[in-house]
Amino acid sequence: MNLRINNQEDFWSGILFIGLGILAVIIASDYPAGTATRMGPGYFPTYIGYALIIIGLLTLAISLKTQGQGIGRFAWRPMILLSLGFFAFGWLIDRYGFFAALASLTLLASLAGREFKVMQTIILIISLLAGCWVLFIWGLDLPFPLWSR
Amino acid sequence: MEANIFSNLLLGFSVAVTATNLMYCFIGVFVGTLVGVLPGVGPLAAIAMLLPATFNLPPVGALIMLAGIYYGTQYGGSTTSILVNLPGESASVVTCLDGYAMARNGRAGPALAIAAIGSFFAGTVGTLLIALAGPPLAEIALKFGAPEYFSLMTMGLIASAVLAHGSMIKAIGMIFVGLLFGIVGTDVNSGMSRFTFGASGLADGLSFVVVAMGLFGFSEILRNLEQGQDAASRELLTTRIKHLYPTWADMKASFGPIARGTALGAFFGTLPGAGPTISAFSSYAVEKKMAKEPETFGKGAIQGVAGPEAANNAAAQCAFIPTLTLGIPGSATMALMLGALTIQGISPGPQVMTQRPDLFWGLIASMWIGNAMLVVLNLPLIGLWVKLLSVPYRYLFPAILAFMSIGVYSVNNLDLDIYMTIGFGLIGYLLMKLRMEPAPLILAFVLGPLMEENLRRALLISRGDPSVFITRPISATFMAITVLLLVFMILPAVRRKRDQVLEEAVEQ
Repeated sequence: MNLRINNQEDFWSGILFIGLGILAVIIASDYPAGTATRMGPGYFPTYIGYALIIIGLLTLAISLKTQGQGIGRFAWRPMILLSLGFFAFGWLIDRYGFFAALASLTLLASLAGREFKVMQTIILIISLLAGCWVLFIWGLDLPFPLWSR
Repeated sequence: MEANIFSNLLLGFSVAVTATNLMYCFIGVFVGTLVGVLPGVGPLAAIAMLLPATFNLPPVGALIMLAGIYYGTQYGGSTTSILVNLPGESASVVTCLDGYAMARNGRAGPALAIAAIGSFFAGTVGTLLIALAGPPLAEIALKFGAPEYFSLMTMGLIASAVLAHGSMIKAIGMIFVGLLFGIVGTDVNSGMSRFTFGASGLADGLSFVVVAMGLFGFSEILRNLEQGQDAASRELLTTRIKHLYPTWADMKASFGPIARGTALGAFFGTLPGAGPTISAFSSYAVEKKMAKEPETFGKGAIQGVAGPEAANNAAAQCAFIPTLTLGIPGSATMALMLGALTIQGISPGPQVMTQRPDLFWGLIASMWIGNAMLVVLNLPLIGLWVKLLSVPYRYLFPAILAFMSIGVYSVNNLDLDIYMTIGFGLIGYLLMKLRMEPAPLILAFVLGPLMEENLRRALLISRGDPSVFITRPISATFMAITVLLLVFMILPAVRRKRDQVLEEAVEQ
């Protein structure tokens, strides 16, 4: 049997739907399902899980018969750097304040771009810090700690 | 009835035309346009980003500002589409086709002006429609019971899948994924935590801002970086904006498209689940069919800008009808507006009109004022937006990310929200790669808890008999429309037609 899948995106979409559906059914089985008249917390999610499995199977079936455009490459570098940047923001803002969090996010994000120039990035960070301070702290009065607490 | 509407509108204007509220409206449209102009930031991400700014305002002021932001982002999006050929959202894809072509022919000014005029006309008609249709619809809605609401939401969700781009079966799958995400949190009936994986931060459910920001903001930036979006690849047509005002011939050519676009947009916008995208696409298709010289479409036909822009805006405006009268958001963006209402302590639904007439009519009046402000503001400010657009993307995207993270964090001051945004951003990027539409997902995510609750109540009344949905006349009508929509789309002929209409517009 030829296992070449011509419609990669539909194939993986189907797998995703089925996976999520199975997960939903399994997790929901811990919650009392109740009856139709008295729906328990597990009733609705269980049926959604079944529906997802059915739709996933349909999508899979379609994927074997159609031609797709292909998924293409993933942009790993931006994915990792932007995630790190956001993570740094969340972790730092509680501990070392608004400025440290924002500066780290901007630095990490800038690294994700195609070109990276040190001076330009420094200027960008400084102007962003100043701009965000004026807009959010001074203007909107958001209650963020500015420096380390 | 007419006198009634007159006095209602008068009340509205008396609320909206105060110095403070006009200022909120102005700030809203200005900041909204500013963020909407940023490439890759559509109305949804822009509103999610700016939502926290309204938390500290009084309810009327907050809503007026949000409505201003909503229109501002739409206008800003068209500016970006015309000048740099970068649609901020799917509805502006159509505007890019002829708007950018016009800009390339040195007619960016008239394109921007006609987009603004068309949107203003559509916005005015839309505002009147809300004022006229709102009260009677709300009266009908007051008679709705749980089965009617459940069927209505089912119809809206199916409509959003049927009218979405691309594969319908995947769009329906996305609805169920969205419903599943909506379940996360504490079950209101049993008090049981569901799908929280033990995280106490999830007890109140996934935050809408987090999901929207991840799926529509974070992932969009990833996509732009993947494509190497930068100054070099963005052809900015700035130098050639000389004459801003369209000629008389332009106006004459645009009048019909604007009127037809408004009608189409009003129709699709009022349907829950349908929205600006399908309105803009169908308006483009209609105009191309009706044009004397269809071959000019895609090469800078002004009708191809006027019609879709009017349709887009009429739909955006009329989306307020189901949101305000039924408490059911017609689109993901409306869901955000609804969330803002809830944060202000107002439970949306037909009772808002009678309990808070100042708020309802004040909002409607400010919609019109906001639209008028945009026309007056935008045309002279185009120079400013052009400057903003000439900033290279490598400076813009860190700034967008900074606003996003501040926006997300300021909702609950929880670092977990930031981490979850990463998760949804990566999910959104994966969905994009797999060509799965996130719009039905987010609508279902918002409606999920409402649907479960109404299903529970409906089945409780009927003692578990599901026929309750087809024996009550209003509910049966909604269900019949739902089934018709589905059957219709499965028919191969209709489907081919839909794909043709959508593709014809895009692939040129």
